[in-house]
Amino acid sequence: MCTVCGCDGEGAKVEKRNGGKVSRQDHGHNHSHSHSPNDGHAHDHVHGHSRHHHHGGGERLDFGSGPAGVSVPGETQARLIEIERGVLDHNAELAAANRVRLNKQGVFSLNLMSSPGSGKTTLLVETLKALGETEYIAVIEGDQQTSNDAARIRETGVQAIQVNTGKGCHLDAEMVGKALDQISLTHGGLLFIENVGNLVCPASFDLGEARRVVLASVTEGEDKPLKYPDMFASADLMVVTKTDLLPHLDFDVDTLVDNARRIRPELDVVTASTRGAPGLGYWLAWLKGKYGAVVSDAAAHMAAE
Amino acid sequence: MHELALAQSVVRIVEQETAQRQVNAVTAVVLEVGALSCVDPHALDFSFSAATDGTIAAGAKLKIRRTAGAAHCFDCDEDVKVMSRADACPNCGSHKLMVTGGDELNVKAVEVN
Repeated sequence: MCTVCGCDGEGAKVEKRNGGKVSRQDHGHNHSHSHSPNDGHAHDHVHGHSRHHHHGGGERLDFGSGPAGVSVPGETQARLIEIERGVLDHNAELAAANRVRLNKQGVFSLNLMSSPGSGKTTLLVETLKALGETEYIAVIEGDQQTSNDAARIRETGVQAIQVNTGKGCHLDAEMVGKALDQISLTHGGLLFIENVGNLVCPASFDLGEARRVVLASVTEGEDKPLKYPDMFASADLMVVTKTDLLPHLDFDVDTLVDNARRIRPELDVVTASTRGAPGLGYWLAWLKGKYGAVVSDAAAHMAAE
Repeated sequence: MHELALAQSVVRIVEQETAQRQVNAVTAVVLEVGALSCVDPHALDFSFSAATDGTIAAGAKLKIRRTAGAAHCFDCDEDVKVMSRADACPNCGSHKLMVTGGDELNVKAVEVN
Protein backbone atom coordinates (compact mmCIF):
# COMPACT_ATOMS: atom_id res chain seq x y z
CA MET A 1 0.00 0.00 0.00
CA CYS A 2 1.11 3.51 -0.66
CA THR A 3 1.27 5.29 2.68
CA VAL A 4 1.89 8.60 1.07
CA CYS A 5 -0.55 11.39 0.58
CA GLY A 6 -2.23 12.00 -2.77
CA CYS A 7 -2.12 8.40 -3.78
CA ASP A 8 -4.24 8.44 -6.91
CA GLY A 9 -2.21 6.20 -9.10
CA GLU A 10 0.49 8.82 -9.54
CA GLY A 11 1.82 8.30 -6.06
CA ALA A 12 5.00 6.72 -4.78
CA LYS A 13 6.92 4.54 -7.10
CA VAL A 14 10.19 2.76 -6.83
CA GLU A 15 12.12 3.17 -10.00
CA LYS A 16 12.76 0.11 -12.10
CA ARG A 17 14.44 -0.11 -15.42
CA ASN A 18 11.04 0.00 -17.05
CA GLY A 19 9.66 2.65 -14.68
CA GLY A 20 7.17 0.42 -12.88
CA LYS A 21 5.07 1.67 -10.02
CA VAL A 22 3.92 0.24 -6.74
CA SER A 23 0.23 -0.39 -6.38
CA ARG A 24 -2.06 2.30 -5.14
CA GLN A 25 -4.24 2.05 -2.11
CA ASP A 26 -7.77 1.01 -2.83
CA HIS A 27 -10.21 2.67 -0.49
CA GLY A 28 -13.28 1.13 -2.07
CA HIS A 29 -15.54 -1.08 -0.02
CA ASN A 30 -19.22 -1.57 0.50
CA HIS A 31 -21.37 -2.02 3.51
CA SER A 32 -25.07 -1.83 3.94
CA HIS A 33 -26.97 0.17 6.50
CA SER A 34 -30.64 -0.52 6.54
CA HIS A 35 -33.35 1.63 8.04
CA SER A 36 -36.89 0.40 8.08
CA PRO A 37 -39.61 3.04 8.01
CA ASN A 38 -42.07 3.34 10.91
CA ASP A 39 -39.82 1.56 13.33
CA GLY A 40 -39.42 4.27 15.88
CA HIS A 41 -36.15 5.16 14.24
CA ALA A 42 -34.48 6.78 17.21
CA HIS A 43 -30.80 6.70 16.76
CA ASP A 44 -29.01 9.98 16.43
CA HIS A 45 -25.65 9.11 15.01
CA VAL A 46 -24.00 11.06 12.27
CA HIS A 47 -24.43 9.44 8.88
CA GLY A 48 -21.07 9.62 7.20
CA HIS A 49 -21.46 7.23 4.34
CA SER A 50 -23.41 9.23 1.85
CA ARG A 51 -21.68 7.50 -1.04
CA HIS A 52 -22.24 3.96 0.14
CA HIS A 53 -25.61 4.27 1.79
CA HIS A 54 -27.97 1.61 0.59
CA HIS A 55 -31.35 1.87 2.24
CA GLY A 56 -33.19 -1.40 2.37
CA GLY A 57 -30.58 -3.30 0.40
CA GLY A 58 -30.57 -7.06 -0.04
CA GLU A 59 -28.35 -7.54 2.98
CA ARG A 60 -30.47 -6.59 5.93
CA LEU A 61 -28.99 -5.95 9.35
CA ASP A 62 -31.57 -3.90 11.16
CA PHE A 63 -30.20 -2.11 14.15
CA GLY A 64 -32.49 0.81 13.46
CA SER A 65 -34.87 0.51 16.34
CA GLY A 66 -32.76 2.58 18.65
CA PRO A 67 -31.07 2.08 21.98
CA ALA A 68 -34.29 1.15 23.78
CA GLY A 69 -35.44 -1.29 21.13
CA VAL A 70 -34.08 -4.55 19.86
CA SER A 71 -31.05 -5.75 21.67
CA VAL A 72 -28.33 -7.70 19.92
CA PRO A 73 -26.38 -9.96 22.26
CA GLY A 74 -23.02 -8.45 23.03
CA GLU A 75 -23.70 -5.35 21.06
CA THR A 76 -25.08 -1.95 21.94
CA GLN A 77 -26.22 0.86 19.71
CA ALA A 78 -23.49 3.41 20.23
CA ARG A 79 -20.32 2.05 21.67
CA LEU A 80 -16.70 2.73 22.20
CA ILE A 81 -14.03 0.34 20.98
CA GLU A 82 -11.07 1.03 23.18
CA ILE A 83 -7.77 0.27 21.55
CA GLU A 84 -4.19 1.36 22.02
CA ARG A 85 -2.39 1.39 18.72
CA GLY A 86 0.40 3.62 17.57
CA VAL A 87 -0.23 5.38 14.29
CA LEU A 88 3.37 4.77 13.27
CA ASP A 89 3.42 1.13 14.41
CA HIS A 90 2.97 -0.21 10.88
CA ASN A 91 5.92 1.81 9.59
CA ALA A 92 7.92 0.76 12.65
CA GLU A 93 7.26 -2.93 11.88
CA LEU A 94 8.42 -2.51 8.29
CA ALA A 95 11.45 -0.53 9.46
CA ALA A 96 12.33 -3.28 11.93
CA ALA A 97 12.18 -5.81 9.08
CA ASN A 98 14.50 -3.63 6.99
CA ARG A 99 16.86 -3.34 9.95
CA VAL A 100 16.98 -7.12 10.47
CA ARG A 101 17.57 -7.63 6.78
CA LEU A 102 20.43 -5.12 6.66
CA ASN A 103 22.00 -6.46 9.86
CA LYS A 104 21.89 -10.02 8.56
CA GLN A 105 23.60 -8.83 5.39
CA GLY A 106 26.18 -6.97 7.48
CA VAL A 107 25.28 -3.76 5.66
CA PHE A 108 25.76 -0.42 7.39
CA SER A 109 23.06 2.09 6.46
CA LEU A 110 22.72 5.84 6.82
CA ASN A 111 19.61 7.98 6.42
CA LEU A 112 20.68 11.40 5.14
CA MET A 113 18.23 14.20 5.81
CA SER A 114 18.21 17.97 5.39
CA SER A 115 16.43 20.89 3.80
CA PRO A 116 16.48 20.97 0.01
CA GLY A 117 19.78 22.40 -1.19
CA SER A 118 21.95 21.66 1.84
CA GLY A 119 24.26 19.55 -0.28
CA LYS A 120 23.18 15.95 0.34
CA THR A 121 23.76 14.72 -3.19
CA THR A 122 27.02 16.64 -3.65
CA LEU A 123 28.33 15.29 -0.34
CA LEU A 124 27.34 11.79 -1.43
CA VAL A 125 28.95 12.03 -4.87
CA GLU A 126 32.21 13.34 -3.44
CA THR A 127 32.11 10.74 -0.65
CA LEU A 128 31.68 7.92 -3.17
CA LYS A 129 34.60 9.24 -5.20
CA ALA A 130 36.73 9.41 -2.06
CA LEU A 131 35.78 5.90 -0.90
CA GLY A 132 36.42 4.46 -4.33
CA GLU A 133 35.15 0.94 -3.48
CA THR A 134 32.07 1.16 -5.61
CA GLU A 135 31.00 -2.47 -5.56
CA TYR A 136 30.39 -2.43 -1.78
CA ILE A 137 28.18 0.64 -1.85
CA ALA A 138 24.59 1.37 -2.86
CA VAL A 139 22.45 4.50 -2.75
CA ILE A 140 18.69 4.90 -2.46
CA GLU A 141 17.66 8.34 -3.70
CA GLY A 142 14.37 9.84 -2.54
CA ASP A 143 12.80 12.73 -4.44
CA GLN A 144 9.27 13.73 -5.32
CA GLN A 145 10.08 13.72 -9.03
CA THR A 146 12.95 13.06 -11.48
CA SER A 147 15.81 10.58 -11.51
CA ASN A 148 18.44 13.33 -11.66
CA ASP A 149 20.09 12.45 -8.36
CA ALA A 150 20.30 8.73 -9.07
CA ALA A 151 21.90 9.58 -12.42
CA ARG A 152 24.51 11.71 -10.62
CA ILE A 153 25.27 8.81 -8.29
CA ARG A 154 25.53 6.27 -11.12
CA GLU A 155 28.16 8.42 -12.84
CA THR A 156 30.48 7.47 -9.96
CA GLY A 157 29.95 3.75 -10.74
CA VAL A 158 27.83 3.11 -7.65
CA GLN A 159 24.45 1.37 -7.98
CA ALA A 160 21.57 3.73 -7.26
CA ILE A 161 17.82 3.24 -7.01
CA GLN A 162 15.59 6.27 -7.38
CA VAL A 163 12.40 6.35 -5.33
CA ASN A 164 9.92 8.98 -6.48
CA THR A 165 7.43 9.75 -3.75
CA GLY A 166 4.99 11.61 -6.02
CA LYS A 167 3.28 14.10 -3.75
CA GLY A 168 4.86 12.50 -0.69
CA CYS A 169 7.20 14.56 1.44
CA HIS A 170 9.34 11.77 2.92
CA LEU A 171 10.55 8.23 2.43
CA ASP A 172 8.89 5.54 4.51
CA ALA A 173 10.00 2.05 5.48
CA GLU A 174 7.88 0.33 2.82
CA MET A 175 9.47 2.34 0.00
CA VAL A 176 12.94 1.52 1.31
CA GLY A 177 12.02 -2.17 1.60
CA LYS A 178 10.95 -2.22 -2.05
CA ALA A 179 14.14 -0.44 -3.07
CA LEU A 180 16.18 -2.99 -1.08
CA ASP A 181 14.61 -5.73 -3.22
CA GLN A 182 16.47 -4.26 -6.19
CA ILE A 183 19.82 -3.76 -4.53
CA SER A 184 22.55 -6.35 -4.28
CA LEU A 185 25.04 -5.74 -1.52
CA THR A 186 27.58 -8.15 -0.18
CA HIS A 187 28.48 -8.60 3.46
CA GLY A 188 30.24 -5.51 4.75
CA GLY A 189 28.41 -3.25 2.33
CA LEU A 190 27.45 0.36 2.84
CA LEU A 191 24.04 1.82 2.04
CA PHE A 192 23.27 5.53 1.82
CA ILE A 193 19.62 6.55 1.82
CA GLU A 194 19.15 10.13 0.69
CA ASN A 195 15.79 11.25 1.98
CA VAL A 196 13.49 13.80 0.35
CA GLY A 197 14.79 17.31 1.01
CA ASN A 198 12.61 18.34 3.92
CA LEU A 199 13.52 19.19 7.48
CA VAL A 200 10.14 18.23 8.95
CA CYS A 201 8.40 15.09 7.71
CA PRO A 202 11.28 12.58 7.31
CA ALA A 203 11.97 12.84 11.05
CA SER A 204 8.82 10.83 11.84
CA PHE A 205 9.60 7.82 9.68
CA ASP A 206 12.09 5.19 10.73
CA LEU A 207 13.46 3.50 7.63
CA GLY A 208 15.47 0.80 9.40
CA GLU A 209 18.72 2.69 9.07
CA ALA A 210 21.67 2.19 11.42
CA ARG A 211 22.36 5.90 11.84
CA ARG A 212 20.62 9.16 11.08
CA VAL A 213 22.60 12.02 9.62
CA VAL A 214 21.27 15.56 9.30
CA LEU A 215 23.01 18.12 7.11
CA ALA A 216 22.96 21.85 7.87
CA SER A 217 24.68 24.18 5.44
CA VAL A 218 26.26 27.46 6.48
CA THR A 219 24.03 29.34 4.06
CA GLU A 220 21.07 28.43 6.28
CA GLY A 221 20.31 29.99 9.68
CA GLU A 222 22.18 29.06 12.85
CA ASP A 223 18.78 28.59 14.50
CA LYS A 224 17.65 25.78 12.17
CA PRO A 225 17.84 23.21 15.01
CA LEU A 226 15.55 25.36 17.15
CA LYS A 227 13.09 25.90 14.32
CA TYR A 228 13.02 22.21 13.35
CA PRO A 229 13.79 20.40 16.59
CA ASP A 230 12.22 17.03 15.71
CA MET A 231 14.74 16.43 12.96
CA PHE A 232 17.73 17.22 15.15
CA ALA A 233 16.31 15.33 18.14
CA SER A 234 16.49 12.05 16.22
CA ALA A 235 19.86 12.58 14.50
CA ASP A 236 23.12 10.84 15.42
CA LEU A 237 25.38 13.18 13.45
CA MET A 238 25.14 16.71 12.11
CA VAL A 239 27.30 17.49 9.08
CA VAL A 240 27.86 21.23 8.70
CA THR A 241 28.27 21.64 4.94
CA LYS A 242 29.61 24.31 2.57
CA THR A 243 32.03 25.59 5.20
CA ASP A 244 34.35 26.87 2.44
CA LEU A 245 31.80 29.70 2.14
CA LEU A 246 32.31 30.87 5.74
CA PRO A 247 34.66 33.77 4.85
CA HIS A 248 31.81 35.29 2.84
CA LEU A 249 29.10 34.88 5.47
CA ASP A 250 28.11 36.10 8.92
CA PHE A 251 27.61 32.59 10.18
CA ASP A 252 28.85 31.26 13.49
CA VAL A 253 29.32 27.48 13.43
CA ASP A 254 29.59 27.35 17.25
CA THR A 255 26.13 28.93 17.58
CA LEU A 256 24.69 26.32 15.22
CA VAL A 257 26.34 23.52 17.19
CA ASP A 258 25.16 24.97 20.53
CA ASN A 259 21.61 25.17 19.20
CA ALA A 260 21.73 21.60 17.88
CA ARG A 261 23.05 20.27 21.18
CA ARG A 262 20.29 22.09 23.07
CA ILE A 263 17.99 19.74 21.19
CA ARG A 264 20.24 16.68 21.35
CA PRO A 265 23.18 16.97 23.78
CA GLU A 266 24.95 13.82 22.55
CA LEU A 267 24.87 14.80 18.85
CA ASP A 268 28.12 14.21 16.94
CA VAL A 269 29.16 17.10 14.70
CA VAL A 270 31.58 17.32 11.78
CA THR A 271 32.24 20.10 9.28
CA ALA A 272 32.60 19.32 5.61
CA SER A 273 33.34 21.07 2.37
CA THR A 274 33.58 19.64 -1.12
CA ARG A 275 35.59 22.67 -2.29
CA GLY A 276 38.69 23.45 -0.29
CA ALA A 277 39.36 23.11 3.44
CA PRO A 278 38.37 21.31 5.59
CA GLY A 279 37.40 18.85 2.85
CA LEU A 280 35.70 15.59 3.76
CA GLY A 281 38.27 14.34 6.27
CA TYR A 282 36.19 14.69 9.45
CA TRP A 283 33.12 13.20 7.80
CA LEU A 284 35.00 10.25 6.32
CA ALA A 285 36.68 9.58 9.68
CA TRP A 286 33.27 9.51 11.42
CA LEU A 287 31.86 7.28 8.68
CA LYS A 288 34.73 4.81 8.76
CA GLY A 289 34.67 4.71 12.56
CA LYS A 290 30.93 3.89 12.74
CA TYR A 291 30.92 1.70 9.65
CA GLY A 292 33.77 -0.45 10.90
CA ALA A 293 32.23 -0.80 14.36
CA VAL A 294 28.81 -1.76 13.06
CA VAL A 295 30.15 -4.25 10.54
CA SER A 296 32.28 -5.87 13.26
CA ASP A 297 29.17 -6.07 15.48
CA ALA A 298 27.21 -7.71 12.67
CA ALA A 299 30.01 -10.18 12.01
CA ALA A 300 30.21 -11.06 15.71
CA HIS A 301 26.42 -11.42 15.81
CA MET A 302 26.47 -13.77 12.83
CA ALA A 303 29.31 -15.79 14.33
CA ALA A 304 27.32 -16.13 17.57
CA GLU A 305 24.19 -17.38 15.81
CA MET B 1 2.20 17.44 5.18
CA HIS B 2 3.16 14.00 6.43
CA GLU B 3 -0.06 14.33 8.45
CA LEU B 4 -1.99 12.95 5.46
CA ALA B 5 0.13 9.80 5.51
CA LEU B 6 -0.47 9.56 9.26
CA ALA B 7 -4.22 10.10 8.78
CA GLN B 8 -4.23 7.22 6.29
CA SER B 9 -2.55 5.06 8.92
CA VAL B 10 -5.27 6.03 11.39
CA VAL B 11 -7.91 4.97 8.85
CA ARG B 12 -6.13 1.66 8.30
CA ILE B 13 -6.17 0.99 12.05
CA VAL B 14 -9.87 1.92 12.26
CA GLU B 15 -10.71 -0.38 9.34
CA GLN B 16 -8.82 -3.26 10.93
CA GLU B 17 -10.43 -2.74 14.32
CA THR B 18 -13.97 -2.53 12.94
CA ALA B 19 -13.69 -5.29 10.31
CA GLN B 20 -14.50 -8.12 12.72
CA ARG B 21 -17.24 -6.28 14.56
CA GLN B 22 -20.76 -5.34 13.58
CA VAL B 23 -20.27 -1.69 12.86
CA ASN B 24 -22.62 0.54 10.88
CA ALA B 25 -20.53 3.65 11.00
CA VAL B 26 -17.63 5.14 12.85
CA THR B 27 -18.70 8.37 14.49
CA ALA B 28 -15.47 9.43 16.12
CA VAL B 29 -11.84 8.44 16.51
CA VAL B 30 -9.99 9.34 19.69
CA LEU B 31 -6.35 10.09 19.07
CA GLU B 32 -3.69 10.83 21.63
CA VAL B 33 -1.13 13.34 20.34
CA GLY B 34 1.86 14.20 22.47
CA ALA B 35 3.24 17.72 22.48
CA LEU B 36 6.61 16.35 21.33
CA SER B 37 5.24 14.15 18.54
CA CYS B 38 6.08 15.38 15.04
CA VAL B 39 2.47 16.25 14.33
CA ASP B 40 0.49 19.42 13.81
CA PRO B 41 -3.03 18.70 15.13
CA HIS B 42 -4.71 21.16 12.75
CA ALA B 43 -3.03 19.59 9.73
CA LEU B 44 -3.97 16.15 11.05
CA ASP B 45 -7.61 17.17 11.51
CA PHE B 46 -7.69 18.58 7.98
CA SER B 47 -6.06 15.44 6.57
CA PHE B 48 -8.38 13.14 8.51
CA SER B 49 -11.52 14.25 6.67
CA ALA B 50 -9.75 13.68 3.35
CA ALA B 51 -8.33 10.30 4.37
CA THR B 52 -11.66 8.99 5.70
CA ASP B 53 -13.65 9.90 2.59
CA GLY B 54 -15.16 6.76 1.11
CA THR B 55 -14.23 4.62 4.12
CA ILE B 56 -16.19 3.33 7.11
CA ALA B 57 -14.91 6.38 9.01
CA ALA B 58 -16.30 8.91 6.53
CA GLY B 59 -17.76 11.85 8.40
CA ALA B 60 -16.29 10.72 11.73
CA LYS B 61 -14.96 13.34 14.10
CA LEU B 62 -11.34 13.30 15.11
CA LYS B 63 -11.07 13.87 18.85
CA ILE B 64 -7.52 14.83 19.67
CA ARG B 65 -6.31 14.48 23.23
CA ARG B 66 -3.12 16.46 23.73
CA THR B 67 -0.59 15.18 26.23
CA ALA B 68 2.20 17.30 27.66
CA GLY B 69 5.85 16.71 26.95
CA ALA B 70 7.83 15.30 29.86
CA ALA B 71 11.55 15.48 30.46
CA HIS B 72 14.15 14.89 33.14
CA CYS B 73 16.59 17.70 33.89
CA PHE B 74 20.13 16.49 34.61
CA ASP B 75 21.12 19.79 36.24
CA CYS B 76 18.36 20.19 38.83
CA ASP B 77 17.45 16.48 38.84
CA GLU B 78 13.73 17.19 38.47
CA ASP B 79 11.06 15.70 36.22
CA VAL B 80 9.53 18.64 34.37
CA LYS B 81 6.91 19.41 31.74
CA VAL B 82 7.99 20.89 28.42
CA MET B 83 6.02 21.93 25.35
CA SER B 84 8.79 21.64 22.77
CA ARG B 85 12.15 19.95 22.33
CA ALA B 86 13.78 23.39 22.28
CA ASP B 87 12.42 24.31 25.74
CA ALA B 88 14.74 24.97 28.66
CA CYS B 89 14.09 23.44 32.08
CA PRO B 90 11.29 25.53 33.65
CA ASN B 91 13.03 25.17 37.04
CA CYS B 92 16.64 26.05 36.34
CA GLY B 93 16.91 27.09 32.68
CA SER B 94 19.21 24.21 31.76
CA HIS B 95 19.00 22.55 28.36
CA LYS B 96 20.37 19.26 29.63
CA LEU B 97 16.99 17.62 29.35
CA MET B 98 16.18 14.06 28.47
CA VAL B 99 12.73 13.62 26.97
CA THR B 100 10.83 10.96 28.91
CA GLY B 101 7.34 11.26 27.41
CA GLY B 102 4.97 13.25 25.27
CA ASP B 103 5.86 11.85 21.86
CA GLU B 104 2.76 9.63 21.72
CA LEU B 105 0.71 9.26 18.57
CA ASN B 106 -1.85 6.59 19.38
CA VAL B 107 -5.36 5.65 18.42
CA LYS B 108 -7.04 5.26 21.82
CA ALA B 109 -10.64 4.49 20.89
CA VAL B 110 -13.13 4.29 18.06
CA GLU B 111 -16.73 5.37 18.64
CA VAL B 112 -19.11 3.36 16.52
CA ASN B 113 -22.76 2.47 16.21
